[in-house]
Amino acid sequence: MNESGDRILVGNQREQVSRFRARVLLTVPLAAILFQVYVPRFFPFLGYLELPLLVTIYFALMRRSQIGGLFVGALIGLAQDSLSTKPLGMYGIVKTLVGYFAASVGLRIDVEHPFIRLILTFFFYFFHQLMYWVLSRGLLREQVGFEAQRTLVLGLLNAIVGMAVFHFLDKLRQRA
Amino acid sequence: MDTLLNRYRNITVLLLVILAQLVLIALQVRNDQDVRMIRVWSVTAITPFARVLETVRGGAVGLFEDYISIHDEREENRRLRADLDRLKMENLYLKTELSTADRAKALVAFQAHTPSKTIAVRVIATGAGANSRVVFVDRGSGSGVERGMPVVTPDGIVGKVIAAYPTASQVMLITDPDFAAGVVSQKNHVTGTLRGQGYAACKVDYVTNEEKVDPGEWFYTSGEDRIFPKGFPVGVAQVVRNGSPYKEILVEPSGMQHGLEALLIMIQGVHQDIPEAQPANAPVYIGPPPPAPGEPANQPAAAAGTDADRLRQRYLQIGEAQGHKFGEGLPGSKPPDFNLKAPLKPQGSDAATRGRGDAGTPSGAQAPQPAAPKPPPQIPPQ
Repeated sequence: MNESGDRILVGNQREQVSRFRARVLLTVPLAAILFQVYVPRFFPFLGYLELPLLVTIYFALMRRSQIGGLFVGALIGLAQDSLSTKPLGMYGIVKTLVGYFAASVGLRIDVEHPFIRLILTFFFYFFHQLMYWVLSRGLLREQVGFEAQRTLVLGLLNAIVGMAVFHFLDKLRQRA
Repeated sequence: MDTLLNRYRNITVLLLVILAQLVLIALQVRNDQDVRMIRVWSVTAITPFARVLETVRGGAVGLFEDYISIHDEREENRRLRADLDRLKMENLYLKTELSTADRAKALVAFQAHTPSKTIAVRVIATGAGANSRVVFVDRGSGSGVERGMPVVTPDGIVGKVIAAYPTASQVMLITDPDFAAGVVSQKNHVTGTLRGQGYAACKVDYVTNEEKVDPGEWFYTSGEDRIFPKGFPVGVAQVVRNGSPYKEILVEPSGMQHGLEALLIMIQGVHQDIPEAQPANAPVYIGPPPPAPGEPANQPAAAAGTDADRLRQRYLQIGEAQGHKFGEGLPGSKPPDFNLKAPLKPQGSDAATRGRGDAGTPSGAQAPQPAAPKPPPQIPPQ
């Protein structure tokens, strides 16, 4: 692997770790959850937007800390669970995994590039939905089908929206 | 050992966190019990923000809706105001048309009944000047109008022609200060001279304080001025008080009370009698009340007819009950028993009976008909 490849694929982890203020880490997930529970009341089509997942992916990718990522995912997932009718832990487990793997990818890939973000967001959305479906069937014995095509389309939409959200969140990063 | 833990620390934490959540799920599923505490925390953390958001949204939406509503209402208000103005104009126009039609009808009726020869004219203009009490009418010398001819309406005198042009005439109204006409009061027959004052009320001059004129008394033209024929109403005395050297009598002209639009120029006047004053407490005909809902109209009253009519009807029914036909029996034959109590039928309720009764009427007189309603008497204006 040449030098530039190293920068893209491996990079200097210490230099590329993004730091956020505590209030940002607190308010952004809260706002994302609030958005998900409040806005679809008036705009139902926005219910397909998985903003908490996007926030989880972003923080995990940018902080490049697997433990940090999994905890962010777990907390956002549990909060999401507590506002749903499902048992606590369903979204928690899924988002914990997403946070962990996103952070793991962030450690190895330069996630500043929009296209990479788009691909990663699309992938993690699909992974999130798939894992949730698996847990629903495996743990709760829910007989629900997995709509792959629909999930792919929604994944693309969420990825596109995610680009804008990530761009906005980039501005909330602490400057070195 | 430390190296091993450090190496697998992240995956260990991941596994622990996932395991903890799996246990959490297992507990909830197995015991069918919710972990209420965590949900309470989340809901408590989320709902205040949601409430604030809802308040802000509600306020914003309310403000927006209010703005839209105010805007719409303002627009609707403007439209309704325009409609109202248009309807007012239409209403005014229709009222004017109706009034004109009524006045025209009254003029035609007056023309047909008055012995004087008149022509109908229409006011087309007023004279120049702020205090002008003259008008122009649309008939002139070409129509036979001459200077000095009286101008009247069915309600009373209006003025006199002071200039006759080929196509129009100029009429001085009785309110003009230069106008004068001889008048006489209806009740006490007090004569005087009517003069205009420049405003609505006219005054009657040259009535001495010894003469009696009552407020509310009508004045008619006396015919002594050789302009207005005798017997045309002039107006009602509104104010009567003693003055120096003559009484001060203010009269409200009756001829102009419905406005000046259609007038009559008297081509050839005929003197009339001044109607007698109607006593204040004279009985006034009051028509029957309208029929109640569901009751047929024009039903003759049960009490119509005289006692003789009712007796005749009773005899007819008695004769019918005994098979007796009035007028057919020979002299000396047995008369019907008039003491028989035949069932009385209401008068006019059975046409067949009435028809038979008519045939058997000795004199051939018609059966009593319901009395026609008496026309209301003509009451002179008071």
